[in-house]
Amino acid sequence: MNDSRVTVAPTAQQQGLPAVGTLPSKMAARGLSFHYGDFTALNNINLEIPEKRVTALIGPSGCGKSTLIRVFNRIYSIYPKQQARGEVLLDDQNVLDPKYPLNSLRSKVGMVFQKPVPFPMSIYDNVAYGIQHHEKLSRSQLDERVEEALSQAALWGEVKDKLKQNGLGLSGGQQQRLCIARAIALKPDVLLLDEPTSALDPIATSKIEQLIAELKHNFTIAIVTHNMQQAARVSDYTAFMYLGELVEHATTEVIFSNPSKQQTEDYITGRFG
Amino acid sequence: MASNVANRLYARRRFKNWLAMTLSVAATVFGLFWLAWILWTAVSYGINNLNLALFTQMTPPPGDSGGMLNAFVGSAIMSLLAIVLGTPVGIAAGTYLAEYANYRKIGTVIRFVNDILLSAPSIVLGLFVYTIVVAQMGHFSGLAGAIALAFIVLPVIVRTTDEMLRLVPTQMREAALSLGVPQWKVTTQVLYRASMSGILTGVLLALARITGETAPLLFTALNNQYWTTNLLEPMANVPVVIFQYALSPYEAWQSLGWAGAFVMTIFVLVLSVIARLVLLRNKLGNN
Repeated sequence: MNDSRVTVAPTAQQQGLPAVGTLPSKMAARGLSFHYGDFTALNNINLEIPEKRVTALIGPSGCGKSTLIRVFNRIYSIYPKQQARGEVLLDDQNVLDPKYPLNSLRSKVGMVFQKPVPFPMSIYDNVAYGIQHHEKLSRSQLDERVEEALSQAALWGEVKDKLKQNGLGLSGGQQQRLCIARAIALKPDVLLLDEPTSALDPIATSKIEQLIAELKHNFTIAIVTHNMQQAARVSDYTAFMYLGELVEHATTEVIFSNPSKQQTEDYITGRFG
Repeated sequence: MASNVANRLYARRRFKNWLAMTLSVAATVFGLFWLAWILWTAVSYGINNLNLALFTQMTPPPGDSGGMLNAFVGSAIMSLLAIVLGTPVGIAAGTYLAEYANYRKIGTVIRFVNDILLSAPSIVLGLFVYTIVVAQMGHFSGLAGAIALAFIVLPVIVRTTDEMLRLVPTQMREAALSLGVPQWKVTTQVLYRASMSGILTGVLLALARITGETAPLLFTALNNQYWTTNLLEPMANVPVVIFQYALSPYEAWQSLGWAGAFVMTIFVLVLSVIARLVLLRNKLGNN
């Protein structure tokens, strides 16, 4: 990292954002702790994810930012010896309650991963796969939904003539947009992005970032990124995490221009991490 | 001075490199030499004895000429039945290991036991089936032969299914599960698709493996000089016929044995090539 601060050119929207905690939150962590066996990965996290805004989670490797969003859709639960304590609220309901239906949670909280992983099927089927599981639609309704999702993911123009081709034949950036289309096809409320551009080249990355700016009109977004410029570019709110703790959470403008904690300032000015 | 040292170092590394290369090439040549010799023997003796009668006539009585039609058909029936019996159980067990028991102790134990079964001497499997099937029925049968072969197929397919499923990137599992699709659907609709060619290769290689198995059939299907497709009777098969004919003093029988060995070798070769092609095509498709 260079020594100078990441400069943020606040967009019209970023300026004058209400402070953290004043907006209605879509998701929230309350007293959330997480353990891998004996290791404590998250310690008493309290975080509000405001509706239809982009919240970036930043922090050095191993700070728990990915772990945190992996708790939000309970994808962690496929592994043994991983345990979450506390509450994660979605529309004020605790999704960590074992009675909360897991698959309905995952249809409301979509996720896109670091490495694009299209399923080994056609582009069309990749997008239709989740929809077909959750809804019974006619062929033409399904066609519409697939087109809608691919258009929202800014991919329709590039693939509309080859919907029957294998999704693995697309470029890396296109594959990642296909994965985004696959996730938003279910019309989730929340979209979790786990370092969605770290495997992509700069041009593909900038397309995904533009896409995020579009998607926040319809979805509540939480993005994990190790790229601070990216956090500054795409997010409205930023949460800085360190060693499993939430250090500071404020509007992105405040975090990058006038953070209140010394640790945050040290991190964003590149003094560690 | 410094460059002198560097030169000496470089020369020594070059020598080590040359030595390692020479040894590994020599080892490869040594291994391939015997394989080539075996293949050459099978081809040179077998090809001279190839004729139409081999595929149209039954195994002859001593001193007479004939073919091996009944043995080919018997082998085909028993091998296919073994695949039909072993594949579904093998795929189901491999899926359990990779998808449901991967992080559990029971998975490690089952994998270990399966590896023992994989390397169990096939004659032991033959004796086992002799005890539980042949002895109970009171006579040898094609069915018992197929069951014995199925026990050879089973661990191969368990292992391949397990390995191929575990090769599927974890993120694909996570991506599918995070769409809110239940695990059994993710496994059958996404993960099987991703590992299909690998599992199919395993089935083909298992078929290639049992094509040449003799020991388990000696105790189960035995042999039959005549045509039969009745699974409850002793059934002719290529390996046991080759075994019997090769040991006989009759030249016509020995020639038939060579021809049978040749056909079987070619069949296994073709199966292996197809298996490679299936894998290769999938790799190309992925890139």
